[in-house]
Amino acid sequence: MRRYSVFAVAREALRGHKGWDKQWTSPEPRAEYDVIIIGGGGHGLGAAYYLAKEHGITNVAVLEKGWLGGGNTGRNTTIIRSNYLYEESMHIYEHSMKLWENLSQDLNYNVMYSPRGVMMLSHNVHDQQSFKRHIHANRLYGIDNEWLTPEQAKAYCPPLDISASARYPINGAALQRRGGTARHDAVAWGYARAASDRGVHIIQNCEVTGIRRGPDGRVTGVETSRGFIGAKKVGVSAAGHTTTVMKMADVRVPLQSSPLQALVSEPLKPIFPCVVMSNTVHAYISQSDKGELVIGAGTDQYNSYSQTGGLQIITHTLDAICELFPMFRRVKMMRQWGGIVDNTPDRSAIQSKTPVPGLYVNCGWGTGGFKATPGSANLFAHLIARDEAHKFNAGLTLDRFRTGRLIDEAAAAAVAH
Amino acid sequence: MLLIYCPYCQEERSELEFRGAGDAHIARPTNIADISDEQFEEFFFLRDNPKGLIFERWRHQHGCGRFFNAARDTISDKFIMTYKAGEPKPDIGTAAAPHAPVETYEQLEGEAK
Repeated sequence: MRRYSVFAVAREALRGHKGWDKQWTSPEPRAEYDVIIIGGGGHGLGAAYYLAKEHGITNVAVLEKGWLGGGNTGRNTTIIRSNYLYEESMHIYEHSMKLWENLSQDLNYNVMYSPRGVMMLSHNVHDQQSFKRHIHANRLYGIDNEWLTPEQAKAYCPPLDISASARYPINGAALQRRGGTARHDAVAWGYARAASDRGVHIIQNCEVTGIRRGPDGRVTGVETSRGFIGAKKVGVSAAGHTTTVMKMADVRVPLQSSPLQALVSEPLKPIFPCVVMSNTVHAYISQSDKGELVIGAGTDQYNSYSQTGGLQIITHTLDAICELFPMFRRVKMMRQWGGIVDNTPDRSAIQSKTPVPGLYVNCGWGTGGFKATPGSANLFAHLIARDEAHKFNAGLTLDRFRTGRLIDEAAAAAVAH
Repeated sequence: MLLIYCPYCQEERSELEFRGAGDAHIARPTNIADISDEQFEEFFFLRDNPKGLIFERWRHQHGCGRFFNAARDTISDKFIMTYKAGEPKPDIGTAAAPHAPVETYEQLEGEAK
């Protein structure tokens, strides 16, 4: 792999950009791998990268039924934060945040991580109490999170309407300054390039249609649209389609898949300096480096694999945004899409061994999977390589729904999905 | 936005009037205190989450306020049919074969007008 650098850019500029090589190779699948990862999104590609980098397992394939990052990795609103309430969540999201901070250097790929600050608006006494509880919990753990008065919030985000006559008055905000955004496609591509460089096979347009098991019940490989591929271990990282894949191995997972929508406006000049979300009125907005306002809406109330979602869900969030930021009332929305998110009953992820030996699952990230990408991938690789959980993902077990040790982030999520 | 046929009001209304209420035909065990943790997990947390045909409960929250069941395709989001609570799971494979009437409120008291 030829490293990217300012010198490489200068050299290629003089040569007419003819010297760039392909970012990753597309080899024919081998007969057998040590590890197969099902799902070529950020989590899956990242897990393959960390398997090779930190655990020395390079005989790895990532199987993707479509194209890399074409699922939720390319469909989210790219927000990064770690101000969760419970210790299990703080562990994994903060681990992820620390990886985000050096990810571009680590991968030699600009993922455009931008710690521009994530501000959560408080509209009433309940919000204020809840956010302050989060702030104290976070600070005890060493995660930055601070309380702002309405005036401080306005100073941090000038487009905000904090007047008393606003339809949704604001009585303060919680701010995580290290939170921010990153470029979602670059995360998938950067991991793919770095993993491919270390010998990982990235196989696109290869749909898994079955999971084959030996007489002892252990995983022996996967049936795919390109034939059988053997594997000693299989890691499933398939987001909204996890249920479908896990059914092939007769494992039931407590997931419900539903569409989560996002939309972007026409590009504007830089106007919006940070990320703002409001749980109470459901607003969720930032501005991309291209200039589009990136807006996250809620999930639909029913199970669906349609990748669309209902119009009333996005009008609901636009109503709130137009009240909080009156200057955006005449902005035109340009594109809308949906991704299929896999929600668990307690709204916390599952990263766990399964009853099938050799089969591991990484799922249930629901509406918050992007920010977790590096941390999740890193810990999933640890779980697969060593066949035991890291202390940071030890609580995210599949059997917690039987034992009752739930991680009830449902009420603690940023916005009410 | 979906249009949903309420089998009680007997008309198609917008999704805004309805509230999804999860999977249908899941019976709460009558001996809930005696069942094992595995059985409780099965009843309370595990769902099929099918890609395709799903049977689910809906409530006409801003209409008649009543629960009913629906068969829907989770790929296209199309409703195949809706039917009253208490009626057995329709056999969609044979185009919703007619079945014997069940004892519902309507059967005893007549349809809502």
